[in-house]
Amino acid sequence: MTEQLNTTLSVRKLVARLVVVTVVMFGFGFALVPLYDLFCDVTGLNGKTNSEAFIPVAELIDTSRNVTVQFIATNNENMSWEFRPEVFSMKVHPGEEIETTFYARNPTSGEMTAQAIPSVSPGRAATYFHKTECFCFNQQLLSGGSAIDMPLRFIVDRDLPDDVNTITLSYTLFDVTETGVIQATSLTAL
Amino acid sequence: MRLIGKQLASKLLWVLGQVLLLPTLLMTSVQAFGASDAVVDEAQRWGLNMTEGVTAVSHEIYDLHMLIFWICVWIGVVVFGIMFYSMIMHRKSSGAVPAKFHESTAVELAWTLIPALILVMMAIPATSSLIKIYDSSEAEINIKIVGYQWKWQYEYLGEDVSFFSNLTTPQDEIYGLAPKGEHYLLEVDEPLVIPVNKKVRFLITANDVLHAWWVPALAVKRDAIPGFVNDAWTIVDEPGIYRGQCAELCGKAHGFMPIVVHAMEEADYANWLAGKKEEAEELKAAMSQTFTMDELYARGEKVYQANCVACHGANGGGGLGPSLVGTGITTGPINAHINVMVNGVAGNAVMPVFGNQLNNIDLASVITFKRNAWGNNMGDQLQPVDILTFKKNQ
Amino acid sequence: MGDHGPAKGFGRWLFTTNHKDIGSMYLWFSFAMFLMGGVFALVIRAELFQPGLQLVEPEFFNQMTTMHGLVMVFGAVMPAFVGLANWMIPMMVGAPDMALPRMNNWSFWILPFAFTLLASTLLMEGGGPNFGWTFYAPLSTTYAPPSVTYFIFAVHIMGASSIMGSINIIATILNMRAPGMTLMKMPLFVWTWLITAYLLIAVMPVLAGCVTMMLMDIHFGTSFFSAAGGGDPVLFQHVFWFFGHPEVYIMILPAFGIVSAIIPTFARKPLFGYASMVYATASIAFLSFIVWAHHMFTVGMPIAGELFFMYATMLIAVPTGVKVFNWVSTMFRGSMTFETPMLFAIAFVILFTIGGFSGLMLSIAPADFQYHDTYFVVAHFHYVLVPGAVFSIFAAVYYWLPKWCGNMYDERLGKAHFWLSFVGLNLTFFPMHFVGLAGMPRRIPDYALQFADFNQIASMGAFLFGFSQVFFLFIVIKTIRGGEKATDAVWDNPEGLEWTVASPAPYHTFTTPPPVK
Repeated sequence: MTEQLNTTLSVRKLVARLVVVTVVMFGFGFALVPLYDLFCDVTGLNGKTNSEAFIPVAELIDTSRNVTVQFIATNNENMSWEFRPEVFSMKVHPGEEIETTFYARNPTSGEMTAQAIPSVSPGRAATYFHKTECFCFNQQLLSGGSAIDMPLRFIVDRDLPDDVNTITLSYTLFDVTETGVIQATSLTAL
Repeated sequence: MRLIGKQLASKLLWVLGQVLLLPTLLMTSVQAFGASDAVVDEAQRWGLNMTEGVTAVSHEIYDLHMLIFWICVWIGVVVFGIMFYSMIMHRKSSGAVPAKFHESTAVELAWTLIPALILVMMAIPATSSLIKIYDSSEAEINIKIVGYQWKWQYEYLGEDVSFFSNLTTPQDEIYGLAPKGEHYLLEVDEPLVIPVNKKVRFLITANDVLHAWWVPALAVKRDAIPGFVNDAWTIVDEPGIYRGQCAELCGKAHGFMPIVVHAMEEADYANWLAGKKEEAEELKAAMSQTFTMDELYARGEKVYQANCVACHGANGGGGLGPSLVGTGITTGPINAHINVMVNGVAGNAVMPVFGNQLNNIDLASVITFKRNAWGNNMGDQLQPVDILTFKKNQ
Repeated sequence: MGDHGPAKGFGRWLFTTNHKDIGSMYLWFSFAMFLMGGVFALVIRAELFQPGLQLVEPEFFNQMTTMHGLVMVFGAVMPAFVGLANWMIPMMVGAPDMALPRMNNWSFWILPFAFTLLASTLLMEGGGPNFGWTFYAPLSTTYAPPSVTYFIFAVHIMGASSIMGSINIIATILNMRAPGMTLMKMPLFVWTWLITAYLLIAVMPVLAGCVTMMLMDIHFGTSFFSAAGGGDPVLFQHVFWFFGHPEVYIMILPAFGIVSAIIPTFARKPLFGYASMVYATASIAFLSFIVWAHHMFTVGMPIAGELFFMYATMLIAVPTGVKVFNWVSTMFRGSMTFETPMLFAIAFVILFTIGGFSGLMLSIAPADFQYHDTYFVVAHFHYVLVPGAVFSIFAAVYYWLPKWCGNMYDERLGKAHFWLSFVGLNLTFFPMHFVGLAGMPRRIPDYALQFADFNQIASMGAFLFGFSQVFFLFIVIKTIRGGEKATDAVWDNPEGLEWTVASPAPYHTFTTPPPVK
């Protein structure tokens, strides 16, 4: 009889432990979100770049090296704005702060909000591409029919690996007028 | 125990020797008898193996594939050989008495370490190929590829050339009402054109859901992800037409968004590109031109076949999308019709915003076509300039 | 207390806490799901019989591929293994029942609800899930039919059922063993299930988290998987495959255990390398957590990630190889007979190894750029799942059915079932290697003309395989209703406690713990 009681007790203890594991693993599923972001930041996976302004330290400009920076603009589905870079391609020196603009026009009659999502290719270059000012840091509001030149300032890191000589910065413009998006990352930070 | 291990090992070795000869025999016999053209042709028609492709990378991948394949065949022959040997020799019905051994550290260690070594042998060429594939630097031509539900857009960066590439296989062929053509489901209205012997870099992204851009002959397959850009590259050795398909489930017409790449000699490519630019200029000029009803209707029908038919059906009767015959949009006020075509429908993710995808001539034509086809008989028509005015005033 | 038999009528099944009853219900349920998933597969194969669209529209075709995958994975294979675990584990370790009999009842009875919910989505407006069993965002979120919410709830319920079942199995194995039944004396089926149960507890909650995030994206305006709000569709794939790769091993590890029980019996020789089998299973389970991104070689990972996942994946070949070599050595110099369970087990070893070879080919990242999302992948995972998981379940049923119902199955019919299935399955899935290599993408309802011949063969094979399973149902029912009486040992001196009890196994076994040698 005591043996049976012992078994029941140890079963209970084991089950309690396994339930804790289950709950922890459920949480781990969600923890993968910030972990993944961290992983992306470190490795440049998916060409994710910094989402907040980079504070430049006075850097020397490496004039001996030329890097081609290309800009591309894409509208996501059902985004009716005109959206394009001012120039497609430029040569820059690592360490030099460069300014360029993207043109956007809202051709509709209503007010619309847009969010631009940056992505860098090759992904490896993402961690060496620092934006000091970018229209992608905030949502863009445009009244019907109006247009805007949106600024972008960036520095290519002097530590950019030698075999990378072209960096493509892509922006995809999403229509967020109606969604009022909650940031996934801020949610998990709670 | 050790004795049994040794015994087993020597027995294994003997069996190994017997079976190792087999694939060699097989291979030579395939070479000897299989070399006849008819057999090769037949194998080709049935499509037995991976394509060798037309780029250095695709050849390398093919060789890697064959290397791993043959290693697997050898391992298989050895393992299955021993297995079938014991199944034939060690049957109860033929009076086999079971041995008692059930472990041998030496043998177990060997068949852990030997496979590990074989794996290292495989990993070395695989790693070097992968490093090559990832080196997209020094490209001469940059093309942005955007996957849409269900077509591809190609944009020659820095060249002002951009177009959509739609499936051209008629619905009748798909539904078995007409005989299927040679390139059934693998044909498009406008192929991607690239020059041979030049490094072309593809920047791949998507407009809505995930897609994947795949051309087997180039050994390029990259996922197209909305909001993110992936890159891949190729240098094609031989001019020709190479076909591929979308390789990531992207909804209803996933099987109906092929890719066609036309690789040309450099001079031909330059001509083509110049022609494309001229076409764009002409198109700009044509925006202010006036077309006749017949011209609009004929052009509109083509635009409809390329862009609308998948959802709205061959006769406008609907399908995934609503019917266009005698409904509020196609037989209602023309401005509302333009609005739907240019701006899409709020809250409807399936109806595209054609204002960005079709030019004003195509928009005017297709709207005119829909309002006059299938007995809609509205009798009205649009000119490109009307679309322009609409876009300006909204 | 231990004397009373089963209650009468439907109440017996509804309220039962008996591990044998629950095991039987799991097995019957999984067979019903196997037939349902099979019908979906036959719709797919019928449409692919020739090029062009003949029978179904692409929307419905996508629902069929999705439902076929979901039903087979979560409805047929997993519950079948849980059913076998319920029946056999208490008898194998000398326990009177599962550790948590009432929870056992629950974990079964929520399953029919989950699958009714899932199947009912087919009748809903907009159709059922049509985004593949891997349900990649955003096709499964922003672009999904409204029924996706029901799909999410169904997955939650299935997950809860699996987790409860696993907790039960772990508790039974760790706490209910008869005195003297040390861990290293347990039959391999028990070992593989113990490891599988831990895998389930580790990854089913991650799947639950994954579909919960989808639910929030769809209904509560978050954007875990949408780039517009700072999320990432690729994140979905990472979370999904973190679950998904261990999941595929969940479907194969118990099969290893079954085959490791059957081959020694019919080779009349003890299993070769018992200890290395246990370690190999554990290493496969461990590796399954660090290889997930090999499903995502084409998403554009950095090269370091690509190389890591390639090497880790290749490593799996080592412990898997050890297992295959052990089985072959068990047969070597045995005294073999080839009854139906042995035929299925031998076919398992051969065909699973072929699936392993194509797996090794797929692990080579550069070559995977050509294989990824083609029929080569379809051929690969069907070779490991059909002659792998499904054949092992057939083998287990033939092997233990005489113990369950006290009657021998008809050997001639069993062999006929084996050969029909064997031919059918190879006709179905072998040509898929060829069309895949030749460039046919998966999940397409219509294809270019050069793929026509092999697809026709595959479709004919699929119908042969499908109808052979109706024959299997007939054999099982025939055996339950009568036939030659089985002895207690059933086979020629098999190993294990289950063979020490009467055939059919009494309703309550081992109410006092048996002696263990």
